[in-house]
Amino acid sequence: MAFAPNSVEPPHAVEPPHAVEPPHAVEPDTAGDPPAPHAGPGTSPRLGAQAYVRGGATQTAVKILVVGHFAVGKTTFIGTISEIEPLSTEETMTRAGEEIDDLKGVTGKTTTTVAMDFGRLTISDRVVLYLFGTPGQQRFVQMWEDMARGALGALVLVDPERLADSFQVIDLIEQYSLDYAIAVNHFDGAPLRDEAALREALDLLDDTPVVTCDARDEKSSAAALTTLVRYLLDRVR
Amino acid sequence: MTGPGEWEPEAAELVRPYVITKGRGLPDEAELSLITLVTAAPEGPRRPTRLSPEEQRLLDICSAGYLSVAEIAGHTRLPLGVVKILLAALTEGGYLITRPPVARAPLADREILEEVLNGLRAKFG
Ligand SMILES: Nc1nc2c(ncn2[C@@H]2O[C@H](COP(=O)(O)OP(=O)(O)O)[C@@H](O)[C@H]2O)c(=O)[nH]1
Ligand SMILES: [Mg+2]
Repeated sequence: MAFAPNSVEPPHAVEPPHAVEPPHAVEPDTAGDPPAPHAGPGTSPRLGAQAYVRGGATQTAVKILVVGHFAVGKTTFIGTISEIEPLSTEETMTRAGEEIDDLKGVTGKTTTTVAMDFGRLTISDRVVLYLFGTPGQQRFVQMWEDMARGALGALVLVDPERLADSFQVIDLIEQYSLDYAIAVNHFDGAPLRDEAALREALDLLDDTPVVTCDARDEKSSAAALTTLVRYLLDRVR
Repeated sequence: MTGPGEWEPEAAELVRPYVITKGRGLPDEAELSLITLVTAAPEGPRRPTRLSPEEQRLLDICSAGYLSVAEIAGHTRLPLGVVKILLAALTEGGYLITRPPVARAPLADREILEEVLNGLRAKFG
């Protein structure tokens, strides 16, 4: 939830330290993480132990992007794979006014909000994987740079009935030089009718993997992710 | 970086975020990425300063283990730009560790991908 321009006090206004709720039972972390030096009375964290990265002191954090147009199933996919309740964060973005505000006759600023969803999967005691999902909106440069920088690769969710809506997202992924696989998110559960036609419509390279996937199904979503990672591995070998 | 007509994050634009961040600008992206893991410094700062309620809240959340920068923003519902600025300031002040000691050499890409692949197979069959 980002700040609305006019709100004096956002609804999530931060409580003063003395007003925090009683602490949840936070298990001492046994994975070699530091103790909680600042958790004095009234300042205890309100997150349960499972919210924290297990063995965070020695974990390597990596990320994979889950991208696609609006309502293609990104949030569903992330929720299916994630071990934590998926989170989201928003950024209020401004654009210096190049348009004149008709009503007021003044040059103003345009403000909008962009969100990304993300989830986490602890792979092992060495690697923790984050999945970040966002729609492809070219002009949110900062958010795309934040997400793309250092990403292992991207899973592009595609609705075969709305192929044209995927062009912009695929362009963006290529622009950031990310390796990707296509997951055709089949809403009716029918087998993919014509993979060749889809490849041609999306102008895919021959070796770009195309899998079908039901984002609500754990096995199906994990298989799509596995296909992507196997492909990424082939490319670094 | 950002051309004309492009959207920019608004961290320091609105009055309230401006106050929260004390007018500081966005930190260098290289220091704090979305998946930089953050935790409270075990020793605490050498010279404690007065923290704002928001800074205190971030510190509290970071006190019981490691979280990524993105998770901290998600849990606090503060805009990402604001969170980054505050985390950078808390790190500079000695309250937080954002570069946790890595007990081993960083894994190579190939090793990471192999580990992820094996992990996915083990978890989901
Ligand atoms: N039948 C079916 N519905 C899906 C699938 N993936 C997502 N949905 C539904 O499509 C809607 C939009 O999904 P959502 O994950 O919010 O899309 P997002 O905008 O890309 O994040 C939700 O109502 C989902 O339950 C799928 O694979 N099959
Ligand atoms: Mg969504």
